Amino acid sequence: MKDFTYAAPATLQEATRLLTAANGSARILAGGTDIIVQLREGLRDAGQVIDVKKIPELMELSFSPQHGLRLGAAVPCYCIYENAEIAKAYPALVDSARIIGGWQIQSRASIGGNLCNSSPAADSIPSLIAHHAFAEVVGPAGKRKVAVESFCTAPGRNVLQQGELLVALVFPPTMPHSGSAYERFIPRNEMDIAVVGVGTRVQLNQACDKIEFARIGLAAVAPTPKFAQEASEWLAGKPLAEETYAQAGELAKKVATPISDMRGPAEYRTHLVGVLVKRTLEKAVERAKGK
Amino acid sequence: MGRLEAYPTLLQTNHLGQANPVAKKTHVSTTVNNEPAEFLCEPRESLLEVLRDTLKLTGAKEGCNNGNCGACTVLLNDVPVNSCLVLGVEAEGASIETVEGMACEGHLHPLQQCFLEGAALQCGICTPGFLVTAKALLDKNPTPSEHDIRFNLANNLCRCTGYDKIVKAVQEAAKELAAK
Amino acid sequence: MSTEDLYLGKKSYSVLGQRPVRHDGADKVTGKAVYTSDLQLPNMAQGRIIRSPHAHAKIKSIYTAAALKLPGVLAVVTGEDWPNLEEKFAIMGEAGAVNLHHLANNCLAKGKVVYKGHAVAAVAATTLAIAEEAARLIKVEYEILPSVTWVLDAMKPDAPILLPSLRTDSMGKKGTEPTNIATHIQFEQGNIAEGFKQADVIVEREFRTASVHQGYIEPHVSVALWNEDNRLKIWTSTQGSFNCRQQVSELLQVPVSQVVVVPCEIGGGFGGKITVYLEPVAALLSRRCGRPVKLSMQRNEVFEGTGPTPGSYAKVKIGVKKDGTITAGEAWLAYDCGAFPGGVIGPGAMCVFSCYEFPNAKVDGYDVLDNKPHTQAYRAPGATQAAFACEQVIDELAAKLKMDPIEFRLKNAAKEGTRRVDGPVYPRVGFIETLKAAQNSDHWKSKLTGKNRGRGIASGFWFNIGGASSCSASVNDDGSVTLVEGSTDIGGTRTSVAMQLAETLGITAQDVRPQVGDTDSVGYTFLTGGSRVTFATGLAAYKLGLDLQEQMKQRAAALWDVESAAVKVENGKYSSNGKSLTFKELAGKIPGAKLDPVVGRASVSPEGSTNGFGTHICDVEVDPETGKVTILRYTAIQDAGKAVHPSYVEGQMQGGSVQGIGWALNEEYFFDDQSRMKNASFLDYRMPTSLDVPMIETIIVEVPNPSHPFGVRGVGETPIVPPPATVANAIHAATGLRFTELPMSPPKVWKALSTK
Repeated sequence: MKDFTYAAPATLQEATRLLTAANGSARILAGGTDIIVQLREGLRDAGQVIDVKKIPELMELSFSPQHGLRLGAAVPCYCIYENAEIAKAYPALVDSARIIGGWQIQSRASIGGNLCNSSPAADSIPSLIAHHAFAEVVGPAGKRKVAVESFCTAPGRNVLQQGELLVALVFPPTMPHSGSAYERFIPRNEMDIAVVGVGTRVQLNQACDKIEFARIGLAAVAPTPKFAQEASEWLAGKPLAEETYAQAGELAKKVATPISDMRGPAEYRTHLVGVLVKRTLEKAVERAKGK
Repeated sequence: MGRLEAYPTLLQTNHLGQANPVAKKTHVSTTVNNEPAEFLCEPRESLLEVLRDTLKLTGAKEGCNNGNCGACTVLLNDVPVNSCLVLGVEAEGASIETVEGMACEGHLHPLQQCFLEGAALQCGICTPGFLVTAKALLDKNPTPSEHDIRFNLANNLCRCTGYDKIVKAVQEAAKELAAK
Repeated sequence: MSTEDLYLGKKSYSVLGQRPVRHDGADKVTGKAVYTSDLQLPNMAQGRIIRSPHAHAKIKSIYTAAALKLPGVLAVVTGEDWPNLEEKFAIMGEAGAVNLHHLANNCLAKGKVVYKGHAVAAVAATTLAIAEEAARLIKVEYEILPSVTWVLDAMKPDAPILLPSLRTDSMGKKGTEPTNIATHIQFEQGNIAEGFKQADVIVEREFRTASVHQGYIEPHVSVALWNEDNRLKIWTSTQGSFNCRQQVSELLQVPVSQVVVVPCEIGGGFGGKITVYLEPVAALLSRRCGRPVKLSMQRNEVFEGTGPTPGSYAKVKIGVKKDGTITAGEAWLAYDCGAFPGGVIGPGAMCVFSCYEFPNAKVDGYDVLDNKPHTQAYRAPGATQAAFACEQVIDELAAKLKMDPIEFRLKNAAKEGTRRVDGPVYPRVGFIETLKAAQNSDHWKSKLTGKNRGRGIASGFWFNIGGASSCSASVNDDGSVTLVEGSTDIGGTRTSVAMQLAETLGITAQDVRPQVGDTDSVGYTFLTGGSRVTFATGLAAYKLGLDLQEQMKQRAAALWDVESAAVKVENGKYSSNGKSLTFKELAGKIPGAKLDPVVGRASVSPEGSTNGFGTHICDVEVDPETGKVTILRYTAIQDAGKAVHPSYVEGQMQGGSVQGIGWALNEEYFFDDQSRMKNASFLDYRMPTSLDVPMIETIIVEVPNPSHPFGVRGVGETPIVPPPATVANAIHAATGLRFTELPMSPPKVWKALSTK
């Protein structure tokens, strides 16, 4: 690994000052499970590594049914699933947090880091999309909000400008009769990169026999994770039936433009979108019904 | 972990030119196996390098150096981490537990004893990592199911045993700890 | 009575069959055991290898000046630093004649690189960080050549040629044209044309397998110290310290007397740590800089630069009569050997029909070069690919004849007197017993229910090679025995060897303190491989026990002033004329009586091979929507001859089974169109994790090996032979489809199911 300097600022202000001064040569360290490997393998360079885990705003984890969830960008995954209230309110997020790497990875890796690493196959981003979360970004020009589905711009690239930093992910409060789920397909049962990942959230009507609202996020089917808008909107008002889920899967396939690589041929990936949309919708509906 | 999956990777150049290979070292104070420990390290050095090369604690092993095998597992503030994916400088003020700290006062930890009696090791290179992760599991969940054990040990690769005897040794140790 | 009871412990022993804690156990569970990378020597330098980014290219120039100028850099070496090894060969154990020029070139390329990851230079520096920086400063100019990675493509007349001087050796006859086919071998018995004429049913199929890696968790690492007195000391992770010593001595053209190899604890090998990679390079660096030099590989270097097992193509045809009798078999096997000649086609061809009586059979085998790392042994090298082919054809024939697959195998099973197609006639073997144990197993008798599920069975064979082993021991005053043996211990063999010495002497396993000696402190011992250690080094330990016992008798005789012949020994008790002493008591009296200390030695060199058979049963569930295969239940049955330490025998069976399951379902080298491996990490290579497999049930069958006093057979390798075929047969039972290509990964299974 090439040499770099290390700083662990305690305030957002100090962090943005360091980032600005570094003029593009600084890299942010939260859990380190991506950046340390990339620096070691020469996939990214850094003159300075800025550890953001001392900044309170990035380590904040606060939830209330009225205000929703505020997830600091550097909060490690295990803190999410070990919190019973959060686990109940945001099941797709928790599904993701439990399968990003193994336990040792989850002890360090954060959802914010997963988003900023901007891998097309990131396990948390479909869930963030499904949960309708937004990213709170701070930079020299102040604070701005970015919808998670527009955060990534290309493999490994995102909307963060020089000097900017992801502070937190903000989730809206959960609604009654809603449920969510994330599933990925991998050849092994753990420790693998998603061949395809799908996160869905549904909100049912009072009678729990129709979908009122849905959001579907996809990973590993395009250069960036995708919001399957047409499929999501089509689901509104549809009955809870296997054909509904299958049809949503067909619509979701339209946004998939996968490549063929060692993780699977394009045709297979597109097929899996349909399978996983169906499976996650079934699971999300079950959860929405309180099962 | 750590790949920019499935798409061409990109190298972001930093216009720094050639880095100076001999860097300034940082002083770090930490606790290792309940004893205070201090060391100097370069920011780029991993906690694994510091433990092995500086503190001479060679129990944690390097199997892959990118977080995929778990042979370097240690507890950092009571949670298991791949020490190859932690910078030494991040350990400032932290508490670290390694396989060398598991046995106490001449007695093996029940996990260590059960690994021996259950022949849960062959070449032994992955054993320290498994023991540390398994200890973290039993500390958190004293009565894990077979699935819990397999799920939580999935970041630790073993190529010799097929995992059967490792899982059984953890089950045995859980029983022994419960009986205490 | 359970099946375990039926087959365990046919003869009574006091030590064998017990499960003592291994002697090196406490070191290994406390982090104290010293593996090579744990070694810290005074003034030790750190090295790094520079590797080719291209699969096939001429090296036009290597620019090292900038690296050498970097402060802290101590030495740089390249392929130009080898002594002249043109046309030099060395005889190296079972590997036969090794072309030293090729061996050297594989460690450090000269003139040309032949696979991505091929080493081209090495640097030593005061720290690893400086060595890495220096490695980045070494610039190599290449002229890229066309490349090939699939064995059948490499055999085509217009394929890119790896070694321009290579000519095919076909049964001793040399070809005339440049080629990638290094060797063609053929075995034949009977008359296959006649045999197929007698057949009522014939099945013929083609099979393909991808390259897979041994996947040991400890990367290769070596430390070398070439001293000013010209003596070279090497600490390394090796399966054979003497084999390492020989290779280093031949490559560097120094006498073996100048080289000592210290085998450190070894973090897995499975056949991949027999050939040298780093040792001679570390030695060259050390000679240059006068310090000990540590060279270690990163994980991607292990995948890209060390030996996978061959990718293979097989065509197998078997004919049977209506009553299930096999009449003929024909196999055509092509295995790649990577970038240098000398792969494992030999054992592959010997094993393909080794489980059954084939009155008429013919096997053709080809050893083929392509642009992959030079293949190395991997647990029963060559046999797994062959069994994947043969055992599926056998399964299909049984189904066509509407015969139970075990009954069909029993009808044709190899037994004492069966002649294998390559010549040898089996002595007493235990294949039938494994089949019967399978038939009686709880697993086979249980009902498998549920959709998309299926059960498969398959068998496998592997040799136990003999070879030389040495050991020595001294008896201590307290009755303990210090044992020094030469077999590097990868999985508990210190204990299985010590137990055989203890059994012979009538003492306990704990009374023996075994250690693995370096090449200066123990007699020549062939490598840890070929399922030979517990068998052959165990045989040496038995002989050593007899030597010690004889000397102890003499001491007792001197003590009691009788003839040695008048001393009787039974179960470790020495007696004469009503006087009697245990081994321990007698040992305690030796110093006081001023008798000579007891020091023993033994060496053996058993010839030929004894034989290990296994049969596996597997239940799978196939997800029809994704093609993913889940292993629901798995049972491995094997003839161990005599299980010395049953826990470690089970461990070998379980570990081999899971490696085989990985091979069956997900492991493969994935190459891009430039022949570059794309998945050189544990993340993307996908070896099984703990969550991917169930408990592996084991049944040990004990049919004593007639060539060992305790009946011991080697058990290490056979367990990897049946799994891919077993899983394939189970998937067939679940889906009705035959999968003839490894790995049977989800996209392939889905594709086949969706076009069914």
